[in-house]
Amino acid sequence: MNYRLLFPELFLFLWIIFIFVLDFFWDKEKTNYLGWFSLLGLGITIALVFGSGTGRLFGGMFLADSFSFYFKLVFLSASFLAILSSIDFVKKIEKYRGEYFGLILLSTLGMMFLCSAGELITLYIALELTTIPLFVLSAYLKKDFRSAEAGIKYVILGAISSAILIYGISIIYGLTGMTDLGLIQFSLAQQHLRFGPFGPALIFGIIFFIAGFGFKLALVPFHMWAPDVYEGAPTPITAFLSVASKGAGLAAFIRIFFVSFNVYQPDWVMIVAVLASLGMIFGNIVALLQTNIKRMLAYSSIAQIGYIMIGVVAFSWRGISALSFYVFAYLFANMGAFISAITFSNVTGSDEIEDYAGLSRSSPGLALFMAVFLLSLVGIPPLAGFVAKYYIFASAIEKGHIGIVVIAILTSVVALYYYAGVIKKMYFHKSEKEVNFSIPFSLKLALFICLLGVLIAGLFPTPFIDLATKAAQVFKYW
Amino acid sequence: MNIPILSYMVFSPILGMILVMLLKKEQVQGIRWVSAIFSFIPLILSFFLLANYDPSTSKMQFVEFHKWIPSLGANYHLGADGLSVPMLFLTALLSFVSIIGSFNINFRVKEYFAFFLLLETGMLGVFCALDFFLFYIFWEIMLVPMYFLIGIWGGPRKEYAAIKFFLYTLFGSVFMLVGILALYFTVEPHTLNMMELIRRAPELSRGFQLIVYVAFYLAFAIKVPIFPFHTWLPDAHVEAPTAVSVVLAGILLKMGLYGLLRVSYPMFPKAALYFALPLALLAVINIIYGALVCMAQKDLKKLVAYSSVSHMGFCVLGIAAITVTGISGCVFQMVSHGLITGALFLLVGVLYDRAHTRDIDAFGGLWVKLPVYSGIMTLFCLGSLGLPGLSGFVSEFMVFIGAFPVFKVIVAIAVLGVVLTAGYFLRMIQRIFLGEFNPKWEGLPEISGREIFTVTPLAILMIFIGVYPMPLANMIRATMENIVRLVGG
Repeated sequence: MNYRLLFPELFLFLWIIFIFVLDFFWDKEKTNYLGWFSLLGLGITIALVFGSGTGRLFGGMFLADSFSFYFKLVFLSASFLAILSSIDFVKKIEKYRGEYFGLILLSTLGMMFLCSAGELITLYIALELTTIPLFVLSAYLKKDFRSAEAGIKYVILGAISSAILIYGISIIYGLTGMTDLGLIQFSLAQQHLRFGPFGPALIFGIIFFIAGFGFKLALVPFHMWAPDVYEGAPTPITAFLSVASKGAGLAAFIRIFFVSFNVYQPDWVMIVAVLASLGMIFGNIVALLQTNIKRMLAYSSIAQIGYIMIGVVAFSWRGISALSFYVFAYLFANMGAFISAITFSNVTGSDEIEDYAGLSRSSPGLALFMAVFLLSLVGIPPLAGFVAKYYIFASAIEKGHIGIVVIAILTSVVALYYYAGVIKKMYFHKSEKEVNFSIPFSLKLALFICLLGVLIAGLFPTPFIDLATKAAQVFKYW
Repeated sequence: MNIPILSYMVFSPILGMILVMLLKKEQVQGIRWVSAIFSFIPLILSFFLLANYDPSTSKMQFVEFHKWIPSLGANYHLGADGLSVPMLFLTALLSFVSIIGSFNINFRVKEYFAFFLLLETGMLGVFCALDFFLFYIFWEIMLVPMYFLIGIWGGPRKEYAAIKFFLYTLFGSVFMLVGILALYFTVEPHTLNMMELIRRAPELSRGFQLIVYVAFYLAFAIKVPIFPFHTWLPDAHVEAPTAVSVVLAGILLKMGLYGLLRVSYPMFPKAALYFALPLALLAVINIIYGALVCMAQKDLKKLVAYSSVSHMGFCVLGIAAITVTGISGCVFQMVSHGLITGALFLLVGVLYDRAHTRDIDAFGGLWVKLPVYSGIMTLFCLGSLGLPGLSGFVSEFMVFIGAFPVFKVIVAIAVLGVVLTAGYFLRMIQRIFLGEFNPKWEGLPEISGREIFTVTPLAILMIFIGVYPMPLANMIRATMENIVRLVGG
């Protein structure tokens, strides 16, 4: 067995224990260092991911291929940015600062296993490892009732969605007697040849999978939890949720649907196309009405997942490559927008869009950052969001899905209105009171990384697209 | 020749923008001069383009080609032909003039010039990009600085005008994006190279051409604007600060026409022929409707804005005719309208800065008090209404001659537009400059040296083209003949 494949995960796991233990021995003033220690651990893990190679472990339970490699980089970067933007934020938390970082890392570990899972049980356990720390983290500001509400909502809906998913898993296991994703595909294909089209059990199985993942991805109509949780959770966690947790769900979704259910692709693609369209329409229209920046970004992320799912609908290597690149571009733009919001609320204590008035005068730098990230989310060239949208639309048009692309472009014009609403506040309006902005180093660094990401992935996307294309070539089923 | 002259042109304003952003916001003079210098560079380079352009061929010249994003099929591909070169020159000239004209901006100076320079890069880029991906980037990149320029430095209803402009144009351009992708995947092997796509145009089926033509048409018609997509124009033009109105009217509107000539006609010839008559009808609506609305205007800036709608109608009529003379007339009108309307907006700004009103009826007899200003203004108004000897006459005449053999009745109606144009401009001159002097304006200062400096080059060119149109005609002829040949009309 080639255990080198597992080195990144093993190392991260040991590092998490190290962080937890360190937390016991250090007094409160030093917990800031825990944040930097966590970043160091993530940095080493990234290096190990690069060095660990590809292959299969434990009879295909654990797959290390270019697809998992790509998504691991996405999760680790998102985790890195979330922790970096938390270092200043945790000072607000009175107790258990060390655990805060440990839990983020633990969730990241779950994501790394999730995108490497080649088998349903591993996949399910990895999914739980991803979400359970996030339940705790959403409720971390215990004294803030919105945070507590977020935690409870997330736990309940997360539990329901997991139950639905495990029900789906049990049905599929019952039908095929397999849990290995590749073998399920084989078995379903064989049964299809022998007995003709699938029966109601399989339909239910597939629908339960879609519903279960729909919750994780906040696909309409399984999105109800997202705005409340996003608003209530500590903002760095919201940022992490909106990018990494979605990316993890997406990676697992692709593994299952492009491998196991690949035979029934015409049927489930229809469902996904409808859900994606609903997400784009609903998310963008409801976002128009929001007055709180976190809620607005929550609805915008419901819309964004709709755009991402276009790549699934395309069902081609270009589609997977496009959606992987989209996740990468979205990572920097969305994290950037959230980190700007964190910076803003650290100084002013507000998340209301109204209070952004005059930001371009009181902090020109922050306003510029925020504007660039929002414009990237709209898809204005030459930022990363534009290339991502272009690529994902291209993948759909290649396969003749003009309808969904027209919905996507029309809703992205709608989206401009609310993103520009924030820009309007920052640049066109005057502020009531003078605020002095001093941005701590950790947040500055995080903002710069996001800006670089948005610009480089927009102007010179070739290396990233190549990586994404390599990731897509893991699935050769068309 | 190995100097990437077009790249220098396109990116020197961006360099200026970066320098401006590095300056402190208190260094107002420094910011102004850096911007002036970095917008003067493209102007000098555009003279170089004019001097080195070979008018005997319709081939792309000054071509630059680099691989950029192979996985998306996008390349860095610039070039200029007889259609681009006049537009590049006009853009460089008007941007420079506008930046000089903006020296009186005292509010958030640093941001203003940074956005303006970014805008200039976008405009120059559109006129020389030969790769659809690049073309689209330049096309869209302009929207952002324009949004800020209208929204921060505009008039009373600036926010409404800014977002309306942004949404309206984005709405059009996303359809162009779908059109681009559809083209890309239809042609085998896939390419975004515009020249290659033009070569492959005959392979496209008629039905496909019609659909994609409509997708591109939405983007271009909104920019021009062609009726009924003109409603953003009065808001944006009236609310925008003076220099931005100049650029909006002088250059942005031309991008729609440029798109029709560069993309729609050569790439979708069958659709172009099919839609020629509807386009001519819309053109004549633009001409007559725009002129009639002008007749009713009380606001001087709104009058100039609506006169653009009317004048763009002439351009579209020339395009719809698909004759060499008609399309050449369109290019002439593009240049001439850029010069004249640019100057008119500058001059309206001069008056507004002093009087703080643009109400036509509020003035009267200004000629007594401001002889120089009134003289210049009247000169440009005469140019706009098509007085022989000035560029407006040449271009409108060419459009009529070019279009008459094709659309006899429509041209006959369109000629009425010239009469209406004369009507509203003369009425405006009479109300503002002639008649009894309104003593309220006793203390109005005369036009300043800097302001005269900004309109002088425009006046010279207007007279030059009016008296001696041959150099421009020679420059564009080969390209125009090529377009007509490609459409096969």
